[in-house]
Amino acid sequence: MSDSKITRRSAFEGLHPIDVAGAVSVAPVPYATCFSFRGDSKAASACSKGFGVMLPNTLLKAESDNGRTAISLGPDEWLLIAPDGEVEALEASIEKALDKQHHSLVDISHRNTAFTVSGPKAETLLASGCLLDLHVSAFPVGMATRTIYSKADIVLWRTAADIFHVELWRSFVPFVWGLLEEASHEL
Amino acid sequence: MLLIPCPHCGNRPELEFRYAGEAHIARPADPSTTSDQEWADYVYFRSTPKGLHIERWRHVSGCARFFNCVRDTVSDKILKTYPAGQPKPDLAVIVKEAGQ
Repeated sequence: MSDSKITRRSAFEGLHPIDVAGAVSVAPVPYATCFSFRGDSKAASACSKGFGVMLPNTLLKAESDNGRTAISLGPDEWLLIAPDGEVEALEASIEKALDKQHHSLVDISHRNTAFTVSGPKAETLLASGCLLDLHVSAFPVGMATRTIYSKADIVLWRTAADIFHVELWRSFVPFVWGLLEEASHEL
Repeated sequence: MLLIPCPHCGNRPELEFRYAGEAHIARPADPSTTSDQEWADYVYFRSTPKGLHIERWRHVSGCARFFNCVRDTVSDKILKTYPAGQPKPDLAVIVKEAGQ
């Protein structure tokens, strides 16, 4: 048996800061509790009770309440985000609310990490690798979707007119961050 | 860039999608009575038409769902997409709707 201690290391350690005064800044988001939830609409409404936020029925939407967020990624798939350290408590309350209904609830807190892109040039910076129309008329506040940045899968969520929350696998961080930093020099 | 209309997410760039072969290929119901030729047809042989082709696509970097798509292999124009599980559409009707 090993007595070595496992310590959590941020995926953003040692990266060059991205901060263009008056234009855009990219900042890591603190650790969070993340779940991938799969199930039909009946299971989703039960999960809403356990999670404390209504899981959106319509696609590509994010619902937030009390520091918790539910994002509908697909017809039967949701990403649940809550403050760090709530894995056990949320797992217990969601499983209880579901009462053995068919579903899947997977803790992905350590796989996922996130950063925000904010500022008047946030759209422009993200457009360096994101193929979607990010204008607020096409991608309004509260919209969220899985898409790609260059070749990496990301979940893009617009939390305010000039703030995007980007959720991604932690191993993709150096790749995405490096490209964003390059692009930030051209703003 | 080619936009593909995902039946769940709407028009999205093609790089979010993966092609997944010809659609509506059903596994023989009773493999023990299926002839070698029929089995080979099911496993290996696919149609490669010049014109309308019904194919499966997956919106892998979006909603991640498989869906079916009617595409013209000559013009690359996509005439219709619909969720997986729906019956095979009538191509004549689709052509009429598209006004071709």
